[in-house]
Amino acid sequence: MNEIIKMAVTVVGVLVAVLTAASLLIWGERRLLSLWQDRLGPNRVGPLGLGQVVADMIKIFTKEDRTPPFVDKPLFVLAPAIIMTTTLLSFAVVCFAPGIVVADLNVGLLFFLGLSAMGVYSVVLAGWSSNSKYPLLGAMRAAGQMFGYEVFMGLSLMGVVMCAGSFDLREIVLAQKRVWFCVPQVVGFVVFLIAGFAETRRLPLDLPETENELVAGYHTEYSGMKFGMFYVGEYVGIVLISSLMTVLFFGGWLGPWLPAPAWFCLKTMAIVCFFVLCRATLMRPRYDQLMSFGWKVLLPLSLANVLITGAVILLRRAP
Amino acid sequence: MIAILRALWLVLMHSFRKRATIEYPEKKAYLAPRWRGRIVLTRDPDGKERCVGCYLCSAACPVSCISLQCTQDETGRRYPEFFRINFSRCIFCGYCEEACPTYAIQLTPDYEMSEYSRNNLVYEKEDLLISGQGKYQGYNYYRVAGVSIGGKGKGEAENEQPPIDVRGLVD
Repeated sequence: MNEIIKMAVTVVGVLVAVLTAASLLIWGERRLLSLWQDRLGPNRVGPLGLGQVVADMIKIFTKEDRTPPFVDKPLFVLAPAIIMTTTLLSFAVVCFAPGIVVADLNVGLLFFLGLSAMGVYSVVLAGWSSNSKYPLLGAMRAAGQMFGYEVFMGLSLMGVVMCAGSFDLREIVLAQKRVWFCVPQVVGFVVFLIAGFAETRRLPLDLPETENELVAGYHTEYSGMKFGMFYVGEYVGIVLISSLMTVLFFGGWLGPWLPAPAWFCLKTMAIVCFFVLCRATLMRPRYDQLMSFGWKVLLPLSLANVLITGAVILLRRAP
Repeated sequence: MIAILRALWLVLMHSFRKRATIEYPEKKAYLAPRWRGRIVLTRDPDGKERCVGCYLCSAACPVSCISLQCTQDETGRRYPEFFRINFSRCIFCGYCEEACPTYAIQLTPDYEMSEYSRNNLVYEKEDLLISGQGKYQGYNYYRVAGVSIGGKGKGEAENEQPPIDVRGLVD
């Protein structure tokens, strides 16, 4: 009985924490962007403008949720649900602190990779079921970009897995007691970072939505709460990638003085801020540049990383 | 690669720059005295309406937002019977002010005229008339013009000589 209650508390706690973080990002991203663009950003509603989150929620909940007559209705409704489900499910394996984890899977990393591959379906189905040109173009780009980047997202993590000797995220964190994996696995880290941008469809690599050429890409036809799902899903995705980066490359909850969850939150927040900084700074590559960079640079790089990491580990083990 | 990192650093350093935003209701931007904002009708130094109802402003207005009807009082002084500016159309170009021969219509540095109803943006003469002279102090059209109105006959204006009796030359 006690086990079940503890489980339920963890599940609800993680869900609430993640969704709160994601919705705070609605405000946080705008404040940060304006900080770097010499502006002030939303600062009117409530202290520091934090009420903006509530205001935006109320707005998005009360907006007309229109389903255009020409769409493929079942898929159109299903698509936004998929992205929320897959990203939220991925948090099940993220280890926030010792003991604070929903499912301590021994294949946690594979579970995450599988779910993020599922997330691509959401975007592709949204674009396909919308039955109009811009969503279709966005979905095509999403398919190419995300399936492509999925490959070396997985490969870039193999170095970490080899160093830690486990797919379990808890084990991976514990393996970083001596040195964070961002030092020995710096190539893997950079590749994962870029793949993370592609996975979350964030600005340098937001080709599926590119609002200045494709209106809003794959979610052009969406409105109301269905659009809200994509919107919040994107932020949940950023939080997910950032917390995974914390776990895999920055020693998770490990750190002196502060309690474990605080370290985790701090590191994740720092990476989220970096995501926003990249959005404020970098321009979007052309689609063919993106693809050729992925397949011709990142894929060989991550393969070489796996090879060299494996060689070094074998050499060390050799007597 | 270096360029990207440099760009990231540059953008990060923008955190410490001065903000460009002016927090509007608390702080307001400086408006030049000749700023083209809300239109007013001014009065001459005697406190009478300057507008003589010549329709030039209405004709100059590129969006046709000014309408008026001229009339005369018993002394022959022309004034607008009604004077209406539809500010929901007005583009604040200032052509009316340039066209006005009597400095009556003037633009002021004021832009805070939001309304909940569009009809409230139609200003009548009572809304437009101000008690002062605006930007051009001391100008009184009827005191420099040769027109005779009640209390001022021919030849009594400033810098005006009394009318010459042209028949007198024949003698």
